[in-house]
Amino acid sequence: MKIEALDIRKYFGPVRANDGITLTVEPGSIHGLLGENGAGKTTLMKILTGFISADGGETRLDGRPVRFASPAESIRHGIGMLHQEPLDFPPLKVLDNLLLAFEDRLIPGRQQVRRVLEELCRRFNFSIDPDARVNTLTVGERQQLEILRLLALGAEVIILDEPTTGISAPQKVLLFATLRRLAKEEGKSVIFVSHKLEEVEELCDRVTVLRQGKVTGHIEAPFRAEQLVQLMFGQSLLRSDRSRVPLGEPALELQDVTVQTYRLTVSHMSLAVRAGEVIGLAGLEGSGQRLMLRACAGLQRPSSGRVRLQGDDFTRRSYRDFLAAGVAYLPAGRIEEGLIRGLTLTEHYVLTQRGHQPLFIDWVGAAEGMQHKIAEFNIRGQSGTPVEALSGGNQQRALLSLLPPVLKVLAMEHPTRGLDIESAMWVWEQLLERRKSGTAILFISADLDELMEHSDRIIVFSGGVMASPIDAAATSIEELGYLIGGVRDNS
Amino acid sequence: MLQRLSNLTLGLVPVVLALLFTTVILIIVGAPPGEAYRNILQGALESPDKWASVVTAMVPLLLCSAGLLVTFAAGLWNIGVEGQIVAGALLATWLALNLTLPPILFIPLLLVAGLIGGALWGLLAGLLRVYGGVHEIFGGVGLNFIAIVLTNYLIFGPWKPADGATMSGTDPFPPAAWLPRLGDLPVYPTAVVLALAAVALMYFALRGTTWGLKLKAIGKNQRSAFLMGIPTSRYMLGAFLVCGALAGLAGSIQAIGVRQRLIPGVSGGYGFLALLVVLLAGYRPLWVIPIALFFAAVGVGSPRLELSMQLDSALGGTLEGIIVLFVLLAQGVKRKA
Repeated sequence: MKIEALDIRKYFGPVRANDGITLTVEPGSIHGLLGENGAGKTTLMKILTGFISADGGETRLDGRPVRFASPAESIRHGIGMLHQEPLDFPPLKVLDNLLLAFEDRLIPGRQQVRRVLEELCRRFNFSIDPDARVNTLTVGERQQLEILRLLALGAEVIILDEPTTGISAPQKVLLFATLRRLAKEEGKSVIFVSHKLEEVEELCDRVTVLRQGKVTGHIEAPFRAEQLVQLMFGQSLLRSDRSRVPLGEPALELQDVTVQTYRLTVSHMSLAVRAGEVIGLAGLEGSGQRLMLRACAGLQRPSSGRVRLQGDDFTRRSYRDFLAAGVAYLPAGRIEEGLIRGLTLTEHYVLTQRGHQPLFIDWVGAAEGMQHKIAEFNIRGQSGTPVEALSGGNQQRALLSLLPPVLKVLAMEHPTRGLDIESAMWVWEQLLERRKSGTAILFISADLDELMEHSDRIIVFSGGVMASPIDAAATSIEELGYLIGGVRDNS
Repeated sequence: MLQRLSNLTLGLVPVVLALLFTTVILIIVGAPPGEAYRNILQGALESPDKWASVVTAMVPLLLCSAGLLVTFAAGLWNIGVEGQIVAGALLATWLALNLTLPPILFIPLLLVAGLIGGALWGLLAGLLRVYGGVHEIFGGVGLNFIAIVLTNYLIFGPWKPADGATMSGTDPFPPAAWLPRLGDLPVYPTAVVLALAAVALMYFALRGTTWGLKLKAIGKNQRSAFLMGIPTSRYMLGAFLVCGALAGLAGSIQAIGVRQRLIPGVSGGYGFLALLVVLLAGYRPLWVIPIALFFAAVGVGSPRLELSMQLDSALGGTLEGIIVLFVLLAQGVKRKA
């Protein structure tokens, strides 16, 4: 099916998320949509799939204008979207997840759905157990399940939003093979949304580049990387050289810490993180790295062992004590756990002021303070902008701008997930700058390049076991990949 | 300006729809709608006495609404507000029946007793929510029920009048405990001042203080607020405490002012009605005042329907309920569009 977007416009207050975007995706092709964060990719895709409605413009399918009031309606017209976070029902079985897709039938035919699933799996070389519970699948397998669901619903256009985040290398190869097959052999239209140049180069037939809500170019394969970068950023980027800082005293120590939840136990963690040191935490999602990070910030109480901050025992102290001692925690869900939807940047500024807070708010002073932060951290938005109107990259900038000036320990989940290269580099500049004042940084990442490039030491988690830290300079991506995937990667 | 004007017009649409809807109901039951509305209006406004009654009915609405603004800001559905009124009335009654003091000390003491009684009852709902994991709606419903049963027990048990218990309540309080009226009119200046002050206080507290902003932060996203370092449990308990205190004050005023005794239905449904007031006001403090006035007027005027048209006075309540539903509907439709 041919899908056309004509002069699509969508404004969030003063932010022009989509400012007259036009693009055409031919059937049987893989069309890349490239752009930095806040360029308008996600907004455009949400409009095409009926999640939100456009303020202007038109969508056409095979030349006929269409208008969707809901995602359900768009899928009925054959447009399916694979979201960054899989939209499945984790506690249910694979089969039941698919059953939910067939909403029209009161009593769904399990056997029939099982046959459909098995046939689709054969066709695409997937190996998904119909009776497995979805929460036991890897992210890659959940993605495969989602693709199958869309196909079973009769999707002719498949949109994938940053699909390679969090999946293993072999799963990526399989995903790309699947997408090629869908386009070339089955004539589907595939829209591949990404900020990773090499993936777009490898996979796509045609690329549309967005910048600040506008189309900056349509290009046919083969692509030149410099040209794509130029269109994305309006300038070429240089990789920054990693500077070393002298390490200080231990800022954070874990002594034989065991953390237990009903799902997972991570035992006997011992580690000393020195001031100015950067520790990368690697591992497949749910391997224990998040529990460890939360224990370091006082968000997860250890069941045994000691947590020390600068030598003082903080094992039984509250999260607020950790905060007061100079620990900060930045979660992966920026708008879900970090910022507060519905409040403005200025209101966030007031809320995050440390130390004595006067009873009455000085709104003028707060707006000025936030204005300074906006300029300093290059946030695209105003002090009165509600945070949900900011793009993902700008939300991360806002979160960083609201951190206290001096920190002992900074714990972050996925510092650059979903960010484009420029924003990601900027974020790391900010983080590395903090080392100079003695901040120890611990971060979780699924991006091996990021782990290798920025960590002093890397700790690999696998099935609740924390391995000994390895020196980042003495390892390679291949070795790291092996350690992470190792025995558990069965795809 | 134009934007504001169109917002105002949009705000009127649901009210007009609600009136139309009620009119249809009136026609169905065979009553001339014009006459019914005129009766309600007349019933509320025909004499200074009625005016005074409207103002007096506003007092508990304003106090409870002021409290509910706080719990709503924190994202809490304090259905228990009704029981918190009762709890305030109970504590005030206990003191009023057992103490003898000059009015200058007695009345402030009884008002404070109302504040404390309501605050404790509110705190109970809060503790259940924060530490017991009992959703405040269910906790509130349970506590409301307990408060009512407790009132009946006290009226028919320990506090029953010397000449036998009846549904008309306890013995009247000693006159030293009576909240002073304005001359002969059934209106209580102290109560009116307190109620208006409560709304004003919450207006400023929610707008301009870090306390209010933190409550809002919790209400919008408790997880983020916690990670930011806001002590969410303490603030949520505080919200329950403040709301309970204001509701309890309303209860105390109902007991020592309007009734001068404890009666079984002392809360009079004002807590539930205040929930509607705040919903209708869209959680905006200043809108609470005119809406409470309207609700109070309908409440005072509706009994006239029964007297002069043999219609059930519940029609007034129906009108209020329908308006709220239409306003919420309009908001929902606007959000979806």
